[in-house]
Amino acid sequence: MSSDHPTDHGHHHDHDHARTFQPDLSEPVGDAALIGLALRDLLLERGVYTAEEERATIARMAGANPGNGARIVARAWTDPAFKARLLDNGTEAIKELGYDLSPLEFTVLENDERVHNVVVCTLCSCYPRALLGQSPAWYKSKNYRARIVREPRAVLAEFGVALPDSVEVRVHDSTAELRYMILPQRPAGSEDLDEAALAALVTRDSLIGTQRDLTPKDPAAH
Amino acid sequence: MSQPRFALGQSVRIAAVTPPVHHRVPAYAKGQVGEIVRVCGEHGLPEAYIRGDGRPFERLYRVRLAQSALWPDYRGGAADTLDIEIFEPWLEPAE
Repeated sequence: MSSDHPTDHGHHHDHDHARTFQPDLSEPVGDAALIGLALRDLLLERGVYTAEEERATIARMAGANPGNGARIVARAWTDPAFKARLLDNGTEAIKELGYDLSPLEFTVLENDERVHNVVVCTLCSCYPRALLGQSPAWYKSKNYRARIVREPRAVLAEFGVALPDSVEVRVHDSTAELRYMILPQRPAGSEDLDEAALAALVTRDSLIGTQRDLTPKDPAAH
Repeated sequence: MSQPRFALGQSVRIAAVTPPVHHRVPAYAKGQVGEIVRVCGEHGLPEAYIRGDGRPFERLYRVRLAQSALWPDYRGGAADTLDIEIFEPWLEPAE
């Protein structure tokens, strides 16, 4: 951006967004970022949404984290009927736990002895952000996006997931209106744990598929 | 909602075309033959959004491709697959 960009860009900041907008970044640095801010200003001026609605949406999305996915997984592990509904129609099933991603189709893929699932968005970085929070940096990297479709076993090995050829690797490219989460296998030795303790075993990477095995925490370690 | 043109398990070919607008079919999938593994809902076609609201919505499918067919030098199990979301106008029956 040019250094002489005027801070007063041609209109008076006497409406509410001028008082509520506090950017996370110091200044927009590129043309695309400036166009984005200009578009946002216009949407607020036209009343398409309010600054308060924007603030609430940002706060809600910032509050999303992998713990939501872990809660869904723990419920599926302990309630076979819920698990069946989750795999059949994830969008509707997670409404039972208070989550709503519609009109996006929330799609849950189950790992088992014979199949390992892993998620990517080769075209950009689609991710169920409103549920799981921000995706990891590597998920957005060109390295991961290009290689996980072409040599998934090599990439998974770099994440510490070594798979025999007898386990089918299933890559899921998130190209349109679906958002994916993996249902990892319930670890052996977790039979006595309740739902909350089970949720604590679930990691972010296991929800993406770059981790396969979860381990029960050693109670003595606490 | 309109009736889906393709059914679960059906063999389909993904169009090998490149419209001069934003679209969301990656190059590696174009021209490939796969199997319908999920019939999804109807959504706006990415290339239709540049002219408005994406309507009329089109049926979306999940199509399963064999990794060994996608990449001639693929190293891994013969059963390895890749699932991808493809809109109905991009699909034709394959036999």
